[in-house]
Amino acid sequence: MPRSVEFAPARRAARRDRDARQCVARFEVYCTRFLDHDGRVVADLPPFARDARALLPMYRAMALTRQFDQRAVALQRTGRLGTYPSSYGQEAAEVAIGAAMTRADVLLGTYRETGAMLFRGVEMHEILLYWGGDERGMAYAGAQAPREDFPIGVPIATHAPQAVGVAYAFKLRNEPRAAVCVLGDGGSSKGEFYEALNAAGVWQLPVVFVIVNNGWAISVPRETQSRAQTLAQKAIAAGIEGEQVDGNDAIAVYDVLDRALAKARRGEGPHLIEALTYRLSDHTTADDARRYRAPAEVERQRALDPLLRLRTYLTREGVWNDADEDLLRAEHDARLEQAVNTYLAADAPRPSAMFEHLFERLPAALQGQRDSVSEGPSE
Amino acid sequence: MNEITLVEAVNLALASELAADPRVVVLGEDVGVNGGVFRATAGLLERFGKDRVIDTPLAESLIAGMSVGLAAQGFRPVAEIQFMGFIYSAIDQLLSHASRLRNRTRGRLTCPLVLRTPFGGGIHAPEHHSESTEALLAHVPGLRVVVPSSPARAYGLLLAAIRDPDPVVFLEPTRLYRLGKEGVRDSGEALPLDTCFVLRDGGDITLVTWGAAVRETLAVADALANEGIGAEVIDVATLAPLDMPTILESVGKTGRCVIVHEAARNVGVGAEIAARLADEGLLTLHAPVKRVTGYDTVMPLGKLEQEYLPQTGRIEAAVRELLEAA
Repeated sequence: MPRSVEFAPARRAARRDRDARQCVARFEVYCTRFLDHDGRVVADLPPFARDARALLPMYRAMALTRQFDQRAVALQRTGRLGTYPSSYGQEAAEVAIGAAMTRADVLLGTYRETGAMLFRGVEMHEILLYWGGDERGMAYAGAQAPREDFPIGVPIATHAPQAVGVAYAFKLRNEPRAAVCVLGDGGSSKGEFYEALNAAGVWQLPVVFVIVNNGWAISVPRETQSRAQTLAQKAIAAGIEGEQVDGNDAIAVYDVLDRALAKARRGEGPHLIEALTYRLSDHTTADDARRYRAPAEVERQRALDPLLRLRTYLTREGVWNDADEDLLRAEHDARLEQAVNTYLAADAPRPSAMFEHLFERLPAALQGQRDSVSEGPSE
Repeated sequence: MNEITLVEAVNLALASELAADPRVVVLGEDVGVNGGVFRATAGLLERFGKDRVIDTPLAESLIAGMSVGLAAQGFRPVAEIQFMGFIYSAIDQLLSHASRLRNRTRGRLTCPLVLRTPFGGGIHAPEHHSESTEALLAHVPGLRVVVPSSPARAYGLLLAAIRDPDPVVFLEPTRLYRLGKEGVRDSGEALPLDTCFVLRDGGDITLVTWGAAVRETLAVADALANEGIGAEVIDVATLAPLDMPTILESVGKTGRCVIVHEAARNVGVGAEIAARLADEGLLTLHAPVKRVTGYDTVMPLGKLEQEYLPQTGRIEAAVRELLEAA
């Protein structure tokens, strides 16, 4: 069986050839970045980004995500929404995931994928409904809704094997589509993640795993999750390609995703991307991150704000200015106002709704319980 | 009509449905080239190809989770967990996802999967290969739990499980896999889910059971018949959702009930049946409801497993106690 052997210095070559231990494999992990922290171009831009105006849809979506998060947190603080996980600081990674996917691709994400969900056409009032305690929020009933996307994944990484099943379905039907599984740095410690990554490699499935590494799994920092130098290198054990990307650089995340997705859709196998970003918010509105991380660290990270980085670049390129920004915020405020009103105006679900989608047809054994619940407000 | 064993009936149902429905795929450890460690999937790879008969990596959570993904995409995955003792890492997928995907998306995504697994004791298998933990699954809303107890019911119920639009856990009694044959025609006709099967009529006492214990229970009923005692034997077959009307009707007639199951007694499915009898059938009872079950101990290894399992002697003693009581 052929094997690669590491190169040894020439003078020791003869001796090394007789070593019992020979190098059989070597690996490298790359990280991609186009914009530095100050929004300056540090590498040749990919074709899609050469006209800065093409980046405006992503910028607008990032800004909307932030405004949505701020509004959701405000609703929670005033008792009008349940626990909510903000994606403050992660907007570039989230929105670029949504932007790089086609409508035919399928998203399987965590509870912090608001940016990707909005970009894919999930309605704002539906996301609010869900976090407000109403299952109808995951019905994705809107006209542009990604009907095959999985609902928000609450247990950590259990959606990774499901993404393998979705990708296997695409492969069986010979469809040029990809499944995108988004999880966190914490999720990369779970068995399901490894099982899924491994199987995707075995079958060369059209699935792209994205670890949105925001540095913290609630209170547990990245270095406590794994001794591995990068999380991207976890792909190596599964025999698939893995790489890092600056998760606060929307251009880089889009570029890396776009290439990985195109490869997957061509039937050339899965990919793992580790997007390096930072959770500027608490884990959820029920969390207080000051208990476990230093304010100075958060302040340092606040200076690396992905939204500010892209805005700086777009402004420097002359395709964005303060007036545009004011207009955009006003437009978003109006849309948010409408979404919040729709959410708050939704009737409470009928108690019988508990039984409506348990099975396709309610078994006779449950009919008595169904009949015993009071009707209450209509759905 | 061919005389076949229970495991052959499982194989026949899988082949039948793979042939009839292109959405059906079979997956699991050793199900392809090897045809399954019990031969339940023998010959399927050759007939239906490796895309639809999938040898998976050794990862139970993957098998169950991948089935959820396939099912949500419109396929009909029939996954095998090699022994019930290895199902536990897959249970997260069943509890957290398969059983509630329809509900949490308001019917947008559904999960028509089947998870098959051999279960139960009596074959002198290694540790972790003999437990009956069906109550863990029967407790989960949104999940069907089905247990066949004969080749014909294995065939008909498995077809029904595969065609069902919701997730089904299909528990196959290992001890019955090759214990006796029955004529089964490959008719493509499913048996009803959510329905008990009355295997034997009788007017004096009702014996409620499922899985491999059906065998000992029927043997006791036969012996009692020689004495002129009529024991009605009910095979519950679908443990969740539970068909109580059939059980209540029988107990309404006999006034006595013994529930027989291999699983430990504490919080077993028998407890639910007994509670429902107390709730809805108390006034028809002549005597207390008795349970003959495995003990509330760890399932012993081979040397003691016959002591653990409900033997005919223990079942008969419970029956006589009730007949003497009233």
